[in-house]
Amino acid sequence: MAEAIRRQAPLSRWVIYAVLILFAAFYLVPLLVTVLNSVRTEQDIGSTSVVGWPRELALSNFGKAWGTYCIAQRCEGISPFMLNSIMMVVPATIISTLIGALNGYSIALWRFRGDNWVFGIITLGVFLPEQMKLVPWTLVLRDLGLSNTITALVFIHVIQGISFTTLFCRNYYVAIPPDLLKAAKIDGAGYFRIFWRIVLPLSPPILIVTVIWQFTHIWNEFLYGVTFTTGAQQPVTAALIALSVSVAEAPQYGVQSAAVLIAALPTLLVYLFGGKYFLRGLTAGAVK
Amino acid sequence: MSALRIAGVRKRFGAQEVLKGIDLEVDSGEFLVLVGPSGCGKSTLLNIIAGLEAPGEGTVEIGSRLVNDVEPKDRDIAMVFQSYALYPTMTVRQNITFGMECRNVPKRAQDEAVERVSRLLQIDQLLHRKPSQLSGGQRQRVAMGRALVRDPTLFLFDEPLSNLDAKLRVEMRLEIKQLHRRIGATIVYVTHDQIEAMTMATRIAVMHQGEVQQFADPETIYNRPANLFVARFMGAPPMNCVSARVVSAGDGLAAVIGAGRPDAIQLPLSREAEAGAGAFKDRAVVLGIRPECIAEEDRRFGADERGSIAVEAPVEMTEPTGAETIVLMRLGGEQLLGRVSPDVRLPVGGNARFAVDARKLCLFDPATERLIA
Repeated sequence: MAEAIRRQAPLSRWVIYAVLILFAAFYLVPLLVTVLNSVRTEQDIGSTSVVGWPRELALSNFGKAWGTYCIAQRCEGISPFMLNSIMMVVPATIISTLIGALNGYSIALWRFRGDNWVFGIITLGVFLPEQMKLVPWTLVLRDLGLSNTITALVFIHVIQGISFTTLFCRNYYVAIPPDLLKAAKIDGAGYFRIFWRIVLPLSPPILIVTVIWQFTHIWNEFLYGVTFTTGAQQPVTAALIALSVSVAEAPQYGVQSAAVLIAALPTLLVYLFGGKYFLRGLTAGAVK
Repeated sequence: MSALRIAGVRKRFGAQEVLKGIDLEVDSGEFLVLVGPSGCGKSTLLNIIAGLEAPGEGTVEIGSRLVNDVEPKDRDIAMVFQSYALYPTMTVRQNITFGMECRNVPKRAQDEAVERVSRLLQIDQLLHRKPSQLSGGQRQRVAMGRALVRDPTLFLFDEPLSNLDAKLRVEMRLEIKQLHRRIGATIVYVTHDQIEAMTMATRIAVMHQGEVQQFADPETIYNRPANLFVARFMGAPPMNCVSARVVSAGDGLAAVIGAGRPDAIQLPLSREAEAGAGAFKDRAVVLGIRPECIAEEDRRFGADERGSIAVEAPVEMTEPTGAETIVLMRLGGEQLLGRVSPDVRLPVGGNARFAVDARKLCLFDPATERLIA
């Protein structure tokens, strides 16, 4: 019996592996094409097709994409837009995560009138499509005088992100035993001291998850970027489009591919360094 | 001096009234145990004393000060929780000093307090550890240290021993009792374990369905339970409660189990009991008799031999525990438990002779279930 299983197992194993590898390859083809094109010269791509192995390794595409390529009459590559994105994503991620943690803490661990309603309304934001909010945001930004600024995007992403960050943190904090709060109240700690000294030190797993989520989401966000900013204020996701539009004569697939890869690098790095926390954090929650 | 006075406290959660008018008064230095089955309202009452819940009605005074509108931290109390509630990311030392830190106690005084308490509880070796690195008993000690360091008017214990294994629980029980004697603190202790209540309390409040059924010292609770609930809840195995009839016997009264049956048993009532039982003459009552009042035939109860009645009864089952043997027998058609010496061999299925201690009989009104004699 045991031997039969051992003899049969490899076959089904191989079938599973083959199917998985096939799917993975299929899924990774666009990435592969982009990576290959990023190191091919224009002549190379022009003389064959966009799908092909590089004849020689041309790393100059990355330098051009970063610093000299012309986008919308400015020949500084994507580096200014990368900076825009960083100026947007760092404060937006930090602020939305902190507000989410404070919200989650209040909703999960303090009872107040209508607390479930507040939670319900905040999490409703998770399900609202971005397009629905375009017009309201336009009006708000106009009235605040923030149109076409990075600050506007930070503001939007903080507000929009609160739904997710609150949901994440609240679901993590409900596992904190209520006795812990009772003990702290008797010890004389107030709302903020309990948060700062007891709840926040328990939070790294969920904060890492929330930061990764917010960072990738805000970095990759396109619609608000392209709608509410123009020209030099755009985040890199919006600028990449301008880059593909600007090449009127001959499409420069090599430089474009390199630019896309550079733009995708921050989220890839976040995933590489934080991915294991992400997977762990989503299943964690028990505070032992 | 009264350390705690609770008057007319009521509490409801939605439609359910969990406390239906609680009145208790505890003197300074007393060890009050609130005992009752789960859902009786004892933990809610403790939370109201602590200020973690607000009473719907009624007043709470701690150290002669009305505290209804006082925050938990300003009530001069300390609390030990069933789950210990140690702050997981802090060391033992930080756990103990956190309260003092919140109250802005100077660092020097903090260190002295930690020193004193950790030596008292023998946790001085553990001060740098995190709660996750401690055993259950050690966590329990740290939780007590956190309470002791405050030196409050009132200590509140919420089932602190329920998470410990049986052996450790007995040890900690003794330790808490010794601690109480040594520091002379006033303690309110919640438990569902009647043994803990009996062994530690100076006074017990037995609670059931949101009401205090009886509030008295352990001896009174055990020997003179105010009603059938208390009689059945306190003591293991519980008090035998069987129907009986009060009749006149000679110049006094007696209770008869199984009246009218050939195997009826007549137990004479004491002079004190007769006063209350008189009104129930020739009427049905519930007779309460502790299992230890039914023993092997040659047992003598106290100095006065007249209290001992000899009976013969069929033995239905025995349960040897080592220290004694619990015996299930039939008296006057009713099943009763007795406790006999472990070296007495009883014939299961056959008849045996027992001695019954009639001095401590309790009689209850079958309608109101209250103690009548």
